[in-house]
Amino acid sequence: MTDTPLLKVSGVSKFYGSRIGCKDVSFELWPGEVLAIVGESGSGKTTLLNCLSTRLMPTTGSVEYRMRDGNFRDLYHMSEAERRFLMRTDWGFVHQNPADGLRMTVSAGANVGERLMAVGDRHYGKIRETASDWLTRVEIGTDRIDDQPRAFSGGMRQRLQIARNLVTGPRLVFMDEPTGGLDVSVQARLLDLVRGLVNDLGLSAIVVTHDLAVARLLSHRMMVMKDGHVIEHGLTDRVLDDPREPYTQLLVSSILQV
Amino acid sequence: MATPLVVSEVFKSFTMHLRDGINLPVVNDVSFSVASGECVVLGGPSGIGKSSILKMLYGNYAVDAGQILVDHKDRLVDIARADPRTVLDVRRHTLGYVSQFLRTVPRVSALDVVAEPLVARGIAAAEAREKAAELLSKLNLPRELWTLPPATFSGGEQQRVNIARGFITSHRILLLDEPTASLDAVNRRVVVEMIADKKREGVALLGIFHDEEVREAVADRVLDVSQFSPRKAVAA
Repeated sequence: MTDTPLLKVSGVSKFYGSRIGCKDVSFELWPGEVLAIVGESGSGKTTLLNCLSTRLMPTTGSVEYRMRDGNFRDLYHMSEAERRFLMRTDWGFVHQNPADGLRMTVSAGANVGERLMAVGDRHYGKIRETASDWLTRVEIGTDRIDDQPRAFSGGMRQRLQIARNLVTGPRLVFMDEPTGGLDVSVQARLLDLVRGLVNDLGLSAIVVTHDLAVARLLSHRMMVMKDGHVIEHGLTDRVLDDPREPYTQLLVSSILQV
Repeated sequence: MATPLVVSEVFKSFTMHLRDGINLPVVNDVSFSVASGECVVLGGPSGIGKSSILKMLYGNYAVDAGQILVDHKDRLVDIARADPRTVLDVRRHTLGYVSQFLRTVPRVSALDVVAEPLVARGIAAAEAREKAAELLSKLNLPRELWTLPPATFSGGEQQRVNIARGFITSHRILLLDEPTASLDAVNRRVVVEMIADKKREGVALLGIFHDEEVREAVADRVLDVSQFSPRKAVAA
């Protein structure tokens, strides 16, 4: 166990006018830990995720991230350029809709290679080699390297988005409903892939999902949100096996048994 | 003798908010300990709270009051109060659990399911697989199944995968929730032998065994859970 968290979140709130987006959220994320944020549509999950990943400025609160040099920096006291650099190199963001995270009109190989160029790789042959290695890791045939994601199926696009995000060896990955909109067999494959990559690379991840089965499979820890508030927080097994809050009990009892 | 597991004055109830908030008491004032090299069996009729006790010890159930002290890396951890990260570390290194049913992960082979706890402790994949293969053959799981994901296995086959997964590490405490329920006589004997080995290695074991023959073979003592039942007055 390392003794320093990777991310320290304290008192983060976001208001849209007088409406609450999320209210007074605090937690720490440790290296190698996967945190799931669950709750129904409109509960504030995505607002929170965006506040944590600098995509949305919180109204109050602070988010501190431990940089590679070991120092904590408050994300909202960095310059825009520093934030963008962090986002391109040390972080990944996997969108629910792959079209939001990919460039649909450049080739699959270029989608992966672009992130490498952002961290300073210039050798074309090496970039192509790494890109092709990552396509294999996410189970996309290397014969598809020159095809555009437009020609890919939904599951393939999502896997390509994951490759694009992981190629720079990020330490923290944000995922917004990574399996939403995929059919179940494709979901299972993607989940297994993500689970394996997280284990092998020792990544930390924050995963927003409304699917409790996804949370059980991927996460160590879980936060349940309702109306912008975190109403329950704990070990994933504990929250799902012994939910304490009325809303969590409703969520867990609403899962369909197969 | 060392006592790696001490349970003291533990209370547990469920509040069912969807049923008008009724409160279901499960167990009251549970206190016991398990010593190294000892196998304690939880006894009593179904529904008395045996599995709930195991789930509290493993951190799957929250505890209303009391302490669950585990000797973890030479310090005492109270599972009832530990943060999720500590509970996970205790599970990885100190506290093992063989559940009644295997939770299968799509696409992961039986061999890798069994090897996983060792890999999580930092042992090389090849070495972990070798140990997994050794356990699976000991438990007579047909070799042609090893590379398949266990989702389609029979109940007894899944249970043997589960047992192998629980026994592969050298955890100092092992919780067993009816590990022999769907096994045939031959494999039951194998499991009894494996439990005896664990006892010789100084592991503290706590289990639920409905099969009387197995219970007699492995138990050093039986702890009657009905003494902790809030309903004992009614039952008696």
